[in-house]
Amino acid sequence: MAVSARPTLDAHKLRADFPVFEHPIHGKPLAFLDSAVTSQKPRHVLDAMREFYETSYSNVHRGVYTLSERATEGYEGAREKVRAFVNASSTREVIFTRQATEALNLVAYAWGLDNLGPGDLAVVTELEHHSNFVPWQQIAKRTGAEFRMLPIDDLGELRMDLLDEVVGDAPVKVVAANLVSNSLGTINPVERLAAWAHERGAIMVVDAAQAAPHRRIDVQTLGADFVAFSSHKMCGPTGVGVLWGRRELLEAMSPFNYGGSMIRSVKVEETLWNELPYKFEAGTPAIAEAYGLGVAIDYLESVGLEAIEEHEHELAAYALEQLAELPFVTVYGPPPERRVGLVSFNVDGVHPHDVAQVLDWEGVAIRAGHHCCQPLMSRLGVAATNRASFYLYTVPEEIDRLVAGLRKVKEVLG
Amino acid sequence: MIEAPDAHAEGKNPLCGDETEIFVKFGSDGATIEDIKFSGRGCAISQAATSMLTEMVKGRHADEVATLSRDDILEEVGIPLTPVRLKCALLGLTTLKLALHKEKGTPLPDGLDDLELD
Repeated sequence: MAVSARPTLDAHKLRADFPVFEHPIHGKPLAFLDSAVTSQKPRHVLDAMREFYETSYSNVHRGVYTLSERATEGYEGAREKVRAFVNASSTREVIFTRQATEALNLVAYAWGLDNLGPGDLAVVTELEHHSNFVPWQQIAKRTGAEFRMLPIDDLGELRMDLLDEVVGDAPVKVVAANLVSNSLGTINPVERLAAWAHERGAIMVVDAAQAAPHRRIDVQTLGADFVAFSSHKMCGPTGVGVLWGRRELLEAMSPFNYGGSMIRSVKVEETLWNELPYKFEAGTPAIAEAYGLGVAIDYLESVGLEAIEEHEHELAAYALEQLAELPFVTVYGPPPERRVGLVSFNVDGVHPHDVAQVLDWEGVAIRAGHHCCQPLMSRLGVAATNRASFYLYTVPEEIDRLVAGLRKVKEVLG
Repeated sequence: MIEAPDAHAEGKNPLCGDETEIFVKFGSDGATIEDIKFSGRGCAISQAATSMLTEMVKGRHADEVATLSRDDILEEVGIPLTPVRLKCALLGLTTLKLALHKEKGTPLPDGLDDLELD
């Protein structure tokens, strides 16, 4: 593999931060090539969360005693870290949710129900994960709005040339797209889409679940009105995610969940909502998890988002190069310069489940399935694919083991 | 496949794309499985398990076959299966039970909601 003159990050060294790699699978060292589904966790995050629980934990915002103050500082401190991570102008625009899926549902319900009506149009893309496809489809159905999909070309890139045609004269109100496709690795031209959406009077909703862990996001320049991402894909714990939204839009929206924390005052006659961001954070939040996300952000920043992006890009190029040597493997998606560190493929004549099974016996973890993108699978003409995905702790040797494993698959099952 | 089968059903697991079509011919008593064939495509587990199933049920009465359990199949398959692969192994049995239910009114199998069946 070509090694750059100035290595951007040392994945072998970083790997030592992740305890999961110390435990063999079926007697073999773990080759974890499924970071797109979720990321492994560095010791820093695990230790910090334990320490938080041991020294600083109670419920947030209302306690008068020391532990509650510490917990609140930890929780709100994490919110500030998220703000800085995406370059938002205010922590009022940073809402903690369960994960990207809940964040996208929040917008679909709390914005969509009040802003979509008969005749309006919601547009998603053929690349969407179900979390940014199904909510819009269902809220459109509920409000009488229309629901359409922007298709892709054979390389898995959006048919931006068909935008005007897909929409026609319809009053498009929302355009929902992922920044990075979790199935094909395509990087979508969200800035262009957002500009087009705004021109047509629509809001732009971005699923950044597959992007935020792997490349720098700047909400000041992205052009989006809402951005959703998940902690568990970016070295943080499960159970917490982020919705960033434009303040004016959030102020105008009805709440999503009702209950404690999101109110200012409650009377039988009427209830008044709390200010942002709390208006959208009902009930006890995932306190230690949000704190853990903050620590994960610190960790990622210390490694460097640009270095991570570069590292994955090199791995993607290497993987595509190696897979091209296997005549029985079909790879889907754009060329390496236009994709992130993620490769979907199929082995001729062998079901993706069987491929993944044989690879598991070799200690190699990849995904088999529709990746929560059934419309896309349908477009590709398959029920499922295999997917290998990379992160800051992925080393080229793991890709070599994937390739060796695929040769074995063909031997055993082909 | 069997021309003019006495019982027939199709089953598909939409999550992974395993498909199977089962054809049954009864003997002179109209209830004992004299011949059974399947066609379809899918992962190795689904194909192997369905193939084993057809061997298992030849010569057995429809009422008996309708009560075959998942453990009966798993014992035949013989290797430990994770929950994800369980569905693959059981597709054939579920589809066969549906075929028998349609023709003979035998009890419907569990796990119908997960599959696309006809």
